Amino acid sequence: MSASAKKLPGAVEAIAMPFLNTLIAFLLSGLLIWALGEDPFYALSLLFDGAFGYQEGIGYTFYYATNFIFTGLAVSVAYHAGHFNIGGEGQAMLGGLGLTLAVFWLGDTAPVLSVIIAILGAALFGGAWAFIPAWLQATRGSHIVITTIMFNFIASALLAYLLVGPLQRPGGQMPESSDFPEGAGLMKFDELMSVLGFSFEQSPLNVSFLIALLMALAVWFLLTRTRFGYEMRVAGKNQNAAAFAGVSVPRVTIIALMMSGALAGMMGLNELLGEQLRLIGNFTLGYGFVGIAVAFMGRNHPLGIVLAAILFGVLYQGGAEIAFEITTISSDMIVVVQGLVIIFAGAMPHLMRKPVTAAYARLIGKGAA
Amino acid sequence: MKFSFFRMLAFAALVILPASFASAQNFRPVLLYDIGGKFDKSFNEAAFRGAEQFARETGIEFRDFEPNSETQYEQALKRFARRRADLIVAVGVGYSVAVRNVAEQFPNVKFTVIDAVIDLPNVQSVTFKENEGSFLVGMIAGLASESGKIGFIGGMDIPLIRRFQVGYEQGANYVRGDLEFIENYVGTTPSAWNDPIKAAEMAKSQYARGVDIIFSAAGPSGLGVINAAKDNGALAIGVDSNQNHVQPGFVLTSMLKRVDLAVQQAMLSAHGGTWAPGHQVLGLPEGGVDYAMDEHNAALISEEMRTQIEAARAKIVSGEIVVADVDGGNDGH
Repeated sequence: MSASAKKLPGAVEAIAMPFLNTLIAFLLSGLLIWALGEDPFYALSLLFDGAFGYQEGIGYTFYYATNFIFTGLAVSVAYHAGHFNIGGEGQAMLGGLGLTLAVFWLGDTAPVLSVIIAILGAALFGGAWAFIPAWLQATRGSHIVITTIMFNFIASALLAYLLVGPLQRPGGQMPESSDFPEGAGLMKFDELMSVLGFSFEQSPLNVSFLIALLMALAVWFLLTRTRFGYEMRVAGKNQNAAAFAGVSVPRVTIIALMMSGALAGMMGLNELLGEQLRLIGNFTLGYGFVGIAVAFMGRNHPLGIVLAAILFGVLYQGGAEIAFEITTISSDMIVVVQGLVIIFAGAMPHLMRKPVTAAYARLIGKGAA
Repeated sequence: MKFSFFRMLAFAALVILPASFASAQNFRPVLLYDIGGKFDKSFNEAAFRGAEQFARETGIEFRDFEPNSETQYEQALKRFARRRADLIVAVGVGYSVAVRNVAEQFPNVKFTVIDAVIDLPNVQSVTFKENEGSFLVGMIAGLASESGKIGFIGGMDIPLIRRFQVGYEQGANYVRGDLEFIENYVGTTPSAWNDPIKAAEMAKSQYARGVDIIFSAAGPSGLGVINAAKDNGALAIGVDSNQNHVQPGFVLTSMLKRVDLAVQQAMLSAHGGTWAPGHQVLGLPEGGVDYAMDEHNAALISEEMRTQIEAARAKIVSGEIVVADVDGGNDGH
């Protein structure tokens, strides 16, 4: 009994544990809200109502989730190859730049073509931005954590330079580009639904959510069903063993990190090509970093990442709803709640392992007896 | 099992709690702040005071919201527009594109935007002639400076903030011909408004180079300049709200930009039915800009200086002195 009971079945492991951790985070948040003199149950109801209570809210929830799917997958692909890409922020900025350039280049003459080129441009620029740190890691051993985070600053400075210089909206004061040409944008979800004969309230949700799901599927396929995915995972587990088995570790490193950068770069599809329809200086808003939490909360499995991304979407959208409705809970408080979820569900995933294992063992024991 | 319970909980929340936030009140004004937050002791706080004044006069409550990123501008505007707000006042130049997008989508909701100009039938735009108010505080700096070097620290480097700088320099040059100017900008992105540490570093370096008075037009970042003035035993000039009290004795004066009046006026006129779209420019003649005098800086500004400043004010109001904007004109936007 001892050996088998220590190991939890997959379903308990994958669903019950994150659920319990999230529950603890919510309980603590509730206590905090209570300490502020507000009703935690009212706040919780606002959170759910804001996230799922009406169609526009649902739209926003999945709109935010789309960003997190892209950045979460980006972190996870690099992680499987044994690398910690924290440059998602910068890669997303460059991806946004790539798609913007494509849209301004072709948008006036061929809007549909420009959108296709823009999707490729976002991935290409994001991947290219990851190439230099990847190459340095692969050939020089420069640590990827240091180089990618430094590349975030370079990306941010580059974007700021372009947006107060050549790309700035004529006559504008803010660091943002002109509007994208008419028709050069991704289809909104409400438009898609009306084409299919349903009605859905207007919201920023757009087809890049479907692209994100497709990417999650592609990452799953890559990791589990292709030779390269296998090489990646081997290299991630043990570089020496991989090299001994004939895997070119530098090649795997560079390609995996570029794929990671491309996924991060595609975040701009949702934010810029889907909703803002212009390039904004800091449109990434730390989503690249949230991707780290999402990837770990999702146990680096594409399906887990999609679920974790949706949870963060709920927190962002429902959190905004709380900030709208309860004036004593400021937006900083929402950040605290998100932080608690990250700590419990992302950083301390094994907190509840012992009690859950014990409870499960007792349950099984009773069933057997 | 657990998962379906979670979903049931969500479903229950969905069914039991339909959105029912309609209040009994007939007139619902909303105030949206810029990055920097409600209590920045400057621009946003002035807007808050204006709305509060409106609430005191009429007994009507207002809703407000502090976005924590630029992408929330549009979400906040849409959300309040959909919940049938009667008037949405958005303060800050960052709102220009967001208000344009949302105002087109909600033609029946009134919008007042401050510091930006949007030409739509349901948008009222209010801008200020900051150059005229800055002219007056520039005169004060010119008259009070002992070292002959005065400084300027702007927040984000945009034409709007350049307007403060050119007015300031013209005012200082109006009273003295031999002044030297040093100017710095905190940054080129909206985060420049929220970086008092960098602003304080810039102020310290200016003081070290012999500057004895710094005018900061940098929102919350300006608080760093005022604290640096105290640390260096020098003087600062506040902006937007009256900041004389922030470090009494170290703030020479403040360039008042009456965002409070603009917000209060917009709400009162919308409540009274006299609200009209279009572009309003508030300069010195309209009382939209001024300099601050109170017990904290009474000892710093002599009667003699005041006479000179008041004389110049009369000349600006009468049109005898034209304070040029960045582009040379003076049309207020």
